[in-house]
Amino acid sequence: MTRSILIVGVGGQGTLLASRLLGRTLLAKDYDVKISEVHGMSQRGGSVVTYVRYGDNVASPIVEKGEADIILSFEELEAARWLPYLKKGGKIVVNTQKMDPMPVIIGAAEYPKDVLKQVEAAGVEVQAVDALRMALEAGSPKAVNVALLGVVAQNTDIEKDVWEETIRTTVPEKFIDLNLKAFGLGYNA
Amino acid sequence: MKKLMLGNEAVAQGLYEAGVRLVSSYPGTPSTEITENAVKYGEDVIWCEWAPNEKVAMETAIGASIAGGRAFCAQKHVGLNVAADPLFTVAYTGVNAGLVIAVADDPGMFSSQNEQDSRHYARAAKVLMLEPSDSTECKEFTKLAFDLSEQFDTPVFLRLTTRIAHSSSSVEVGEREEVPVKEYVKNNQKYAMLPANAIRRHVVVEDRQVAEAEWAETAWVNKTEYNDTKIGVIAAGITYQYAKEALGDKASYLKLGCVNPLPLNLIKEFASKVDTLYVLEQLDPVLEEQVRAMGIDCIGKEAFDLKGEYSQSMIAKVILGEEKESIALDIDIPGRPPALCPGCPHRGLFSALKQLNVFVSGDIGCYTLGALPPLGMIDTCVCMGASVSALHGRNKVRPEEAKKSVAVIGDSTFVHSGITGLVNAAYNQSNSKVIVLDNSITGMTGHQQNPTTGKRINGDPTTAIDLEALAHAVGIERVIVVDPYDIAATRDAIAAELEVEAPSLIIARRPCVLLKEVRAKMPKPFEVAIDKCVGCKACMKIGCPAISFADRKSSIDFTQCTGCGMCQPLCKFDAIKGGN
Ligand SMILES: Cc1ncc(C[n+]2csc(CCOP(=O)(O)OP(=O)(O)O)c2C)c(N)n1
Repeated sequence: MTRSILIVGVGGQGTLLASRLLGRTLLAKDYDVKISEVHGMSQRGGSVVTYVRYGDNVASPIVEKGEADIILSFEELEAARWLPYLKKGGKIVVNTQKMDPMPVIIGAAEYPKDVLKQVEAAGVEVQAVDALRMALEAGSPKAVNVALLGVVAQNTDIEKDVWEETIRTTVPEKFIDLNLKAFGLGYNA
Repeated sequence: MKKLMLGNEAVAQGLYEAGVRLVSSYPGTPSTEITENAVKYGEDVIWCEWAPNEKVAMETAIGASIAGGRAFCAQKHVGLNVAADPLFTVAYTGVNAGLVIAVADDPGMFSSQNEQDSRHYARAAKVLMLEPSDSTECKEFTKLAFDLSEQFDTPVFLRLTTRIAHSSSSVEVGEREEVPVKEYVKNNQKYAMLPANAIRRHVVVEDRQVAEAEWAETAWVNKTEYNDTKIGVIAAGITYQYAKEALGDKASYLKLGCVNPLPLNLIKEFASKVDTLYVLEQLDPVLEEQVRAMGIDCIGKEAFDLKGEYSQSMIAKVILGEEKESIALDIDIPGRPPALCPGCPHRGLFSALKQLNVFVSGDIGCYTLGALPPLGMIDTCVCMGASVSALHGRNKVRPEEAKKSVAVIGDSTFVHSGITGLVNAAYNQSNSKVIVLDNSITGMTGHQQNPTTGKRINGDPTTAIDLEALAHAVGIERVIVVDPYDIAATRDAIAAELEVEAPSLIIARRPCVLLKEVRAKMPKPFEVAIDKCVGCKACMKIGCPAISFADRKSSIDFTQCTGCGMCQPLCKFDAIKGGN
């Protein structure tokens, strides 16, 4: 059976590193893995999505409405935007950060109130974490992505050391400790 | 060893394994990472370069191939328009060592200005075209393409789409096959295309298509897979994966790895074995029309779409009538279009232009985002380079408005195809005011070096174009340089230039804030002194994503602010603090 994870956020938040670490970890566990990314600076500041699918034999690299087992959202509004992609009984892991999109900044729209409460009210399991706080505690606001990956890791049956090994072999040497710390904070959240 | 590789990365691995000597490309999403990854093998193994544009890149690869080294170029779909001139004639000359041309289409237009289907080029230029459906095939088809190129003495196309180029799947990596540089034997009847020679080469082209079609009938890249035969699907590339996902073994498949020329007998045989035949292909009915031309009945575009992407859910819905359940909230979710980054120098330039309220002939790059609110300062955008030439045309028709009109063009785009437009403005005498947004990098496609940056693709130092001297050389006497971070000074300098009855080149020079060396030198994030903020929203006019407004006060998000300080002079109440 193929499982699907959606990683969503705002361009520039580091969603790509999270999906790559996730993909490499799954490959290390001998899954067939496909990841579909959105590239280019042109996406910066916009709503971005990465699809991760794994199983015995994966055909399509993309995830569509009603198909995701987990949605990892780097931002609250994005969790609501991508909610239709969640499977019935799926789970949302979300960073409690709010970033105003341009229509809100220019006063053409409002950032909806209590977004996460509304998602929960729709009967969806939500795990909300303050990943920015974890990242700052680990030493850099940039580590939000790896802290969130730690939270996702909690929700899988893949051993902690397999994740840590991927981090060690993927991120530049001088950032390994920082990222392992951020991952650990997410993993224990 | 198995590695998770992006389709583009796998193509690069294929180039390495196929013994390729030279890669010359111009960046363009979704093709860019092929060349970026090919660099990693080292330039003594594969000479890699960013060319000024796709035409130069393809001609460079043609020269290398005729000289006897396996050669490659990559571009996005619209890049192939720029390179179309050499393409149609290299199809006549054929090759010496293998020549492969990658073209990446963008169904759904994730980062493109149109949705053209490159398969038309394969048919029009009569060039064999392979289309992989995952990263493993990206590598294998790349290697095969070089063999076919040499076997049939032809350039070969490798067609990708965004979902193949930018998806990762596992790839078995192999060793490089050292392919020595072939002998070059002078043969101008084959390589010098004047009419007398070209007439004879056209015969070769037509014969070659027949031979290639024969090869395609039994080629391993065209595969049939029989399951339930009530439904038969002909598909290639990513669409094959969508069909497999949606239909599994409820359908039989003819998966085409070669999309030009088509294995017509194989198609006939497959069609005869299934009850209902579907031709699934994104964009234009290129396969479908050829299937129908053989008198074979099929279902294609009438049930699907000429526009946008296909997907597994679309196929399941149309063919099986199945749909998945999904949840949605009953609230308005504001859109989140991409925006100029916090600290982007383009924001300063467009803010200045907004104050001048001018017509802006636009071009393609990060700065095209200046078209969106709240700046909304781009009037037109057609293709790379068009800003300069189209402004000239406008000024000839509306000379009275020349003082209220400018062109904006990025540094990479200017070199790509803006220089010729500038030559025209000087030569044919319009008072065009051309602004080069010189951020010292090709930003839009993810930071590639270009001939203005002084660095090669691998970061090695090289010569840089002197824009000022170039303008003088083509006959533009007026050249000024402004710093777009200083919005008021930029506005005043452009206003003064607009008054002059002569063409001008205005260089808005400030490097992209995302460049590491620039970022490292930026001041700390700015802050809003709550007690001084009166909530007038003047700072919000520049549309910086780091500035938001709540409870009648502005605030600056420290995780986003780059310390550029462009917002500070906008505050009359001295509420924005920072700068050190
Ligand atoms: C013919 C063609 N080739 C490539 C592209 C892809 N592309 C779009 S903008 C751009 C370059 C942008 O660089 P620059 O002009 O320096 O502006 P910046 O993004 O840095 O502001 C490229 C390569 C394209 N749209 N058309």
